Amino acid sequence: MDSTNPLLWFGLTTGGILLVVIWVLLSLAFLLLADRKIWAGVQMRKGPNVVGPFGLLQSFADFFKFVLKEIVIPAGADKVVFILAPLISLILGFVGWAVVPFAPGWVVSNLNVGILYLLAMSSLGVYGIIMGGWASNSKYPFLGALRSAAQMVSYEVSIGLIIITVILLAGSMNLSTIVDKQSGWFWNWNVFGGGLKNIVLLPIMVVSMGMFYISALAETNRPPFDLPEAESELVAGYQVEYSSTPYLLFMVAEYSNIVLMCAMISVLFFGGWNPGFPIGFTAGWPPFLVNLLLALVFYAKIIFWFFMFAMAKAIVPRYRYDQLMRLGWKVFLPTSLVLVAAVAAWRVFGPGG
Amino acid sequence: MALQAIAFYMLAFVTIAAGLLVVSARNPVHSVLFLITAFFSAAGLFVLLGAEFLAMLLIVVYVGAVAVLFLFVVMMLDVDFAELRQGFAQYLPIGGLVGGILTLEMVFVAATVATNGAAAKNGLPNASPGGVPNTEAIGRVLYTDYIFFFQLAGLVLLVAMIGAIVLTLRHKPGVKRQDIGKQVARTPKTGMTLVQIKPGEGISE
Repeated sequence: MDSTNPLLWFGLTTGGILLVVIWVLLSLAFLLLADRKIWAGVQMRKGPNVVGPFGLLQSFADFFKFVLKEIVIPAGADKVVFILAPLISLILGFVGWAVVPFAPGWVVSNLNVGILYLLAMSSLGVYGIIMGGWASNSKYPFLGALRSAAQMVSYEVSIGLIIITVILLAGSMNLSTIVDKQSGWFWNWNVFGGGLKNIVLLPIMVVSMGMFYISALAETNRPPFDLPEAESELVAGYQVEYSSTPYLLFMVAEYSNIVLMCAMISVLFFGGWNPGFPIGFTAGWPPFLVNLLLALVFYAKIIFWFFMFAMAKAIVPRYRYDQLMRLGWKVFLPTSLVLVAAVAAWRVFGPGG
Repeated sequence: MALQAIAFYMLAFVTIAAGLLVVSARNPVHSVLFLITAFFSAAGLFVLLGAEFLAMLLIVVYVGAVAVLFLFVVMMLDVDFAELRQGFAQYLPIGGLVGGILTLEMVFVAATVATNGAAAKNGLPNASPGGVPNTEAIGRVLYTDYIFFFQLAGLVLLVAMIGAIVLTLRHKPGVKRQDIGKQVARTPKTGMTLVQIKPGEGISE
């Protein structure tokens, strides 16, 4: 989207942003329902099934319920920070989508350092939680916020190192370039080492994909790592004092971050919009149709990974805090360091170097 | 260009205003939050210069990690504000003197750089020399011309890290730690013993 006319550029970018935000919000409404349905299915319950056919409109009903309720601000709370926290969470949950490439050329901002931008935005997400927890002026939210800060900072380290392995493979930090490098057959995907000549890297990349998935669970405070809101210990963690719309904003931000992480796994390890086989047969098609098809492929991958997130929530028991820290610092950090060294060595001394 | 100018003045204003509020805010937590705002808008200024890599590093390292720990510590401190403000008049002259000297020095340095530095000869600093993205440009000088300084900086950080660990690591006796391998390897055979107890006797260790 480079145009010489600043007004045209402004209009195009704003339109793109609006499109992405609306798409993400609509997807979230149904993914939230899917999350509850999957969770219910694992526990042999029916899940929400009253509002609309199969309960499809449940999220919209919840939305109106949240919006129409009264906002309660505790008397001792720091009012400005208290209201600012969910807003910051929401904004940071959505700005990350700016660099996600949905199809060739379909990206709001094709940043050269897109992957670093995503890392930065996901690492900023901790502020919403820590500000909300502190501003509530209450014990449980504060403890939840402290836990969350320590947890997110710890797992960011391993996420950063795993991202470095992908950057080394792709030789670029631009997300569109990373996806382009994985085009063609599925063995070009980074999880398989990125091409047949790098097939030696298969075990390394599978391990780093697995660690990325687990770190993403921890980074988004999803079960089994939802210690900031562990209800058996902290009631609801940093969200205790929040009600109605601010709570809704926290919730939407949380799910937006989760879906963003799913998109990140798809882009970094599973070829983004590439369907896993050459798409030469679409040569004569109109470009819009091809892009739409590729965007649907990408969407399907996101939904698959969201399903994995939901399954983890349903079947894995919650970690204890010391176990969480042990996993992050004593297992993931050294392992990912070794992986980075191995991939770097292969890139220098291997056939591709 | 107009959009860039608007963005620049907005970010510059926010940076300076947030910087002022860092020192004037009454609540230390608010100070840290304003500090984060200042970092963030400074990163925006880097982006406007075309130095996107530096901008992202500033956010990832300073805002995402360092400032979080800052906030972490400040939130847990129990600061008595009345006591803090008591010595204000007493320390005002010496504080003002140090601040004034620093300001003067900064003005001199800025003026010298503006008239004699690299920027004066070449116009605006070039964020992507020779058309390479600035990530690559930084890498090219960092790992060639400045490799010794780079390694030295890494070494200093390593020494600091080892020092911190040595200073704080204590092996407390009698602390029960989890050994996952041991737990998993436990079987009914190793984990329990069956004892025959005669009626009316009980067992003693």
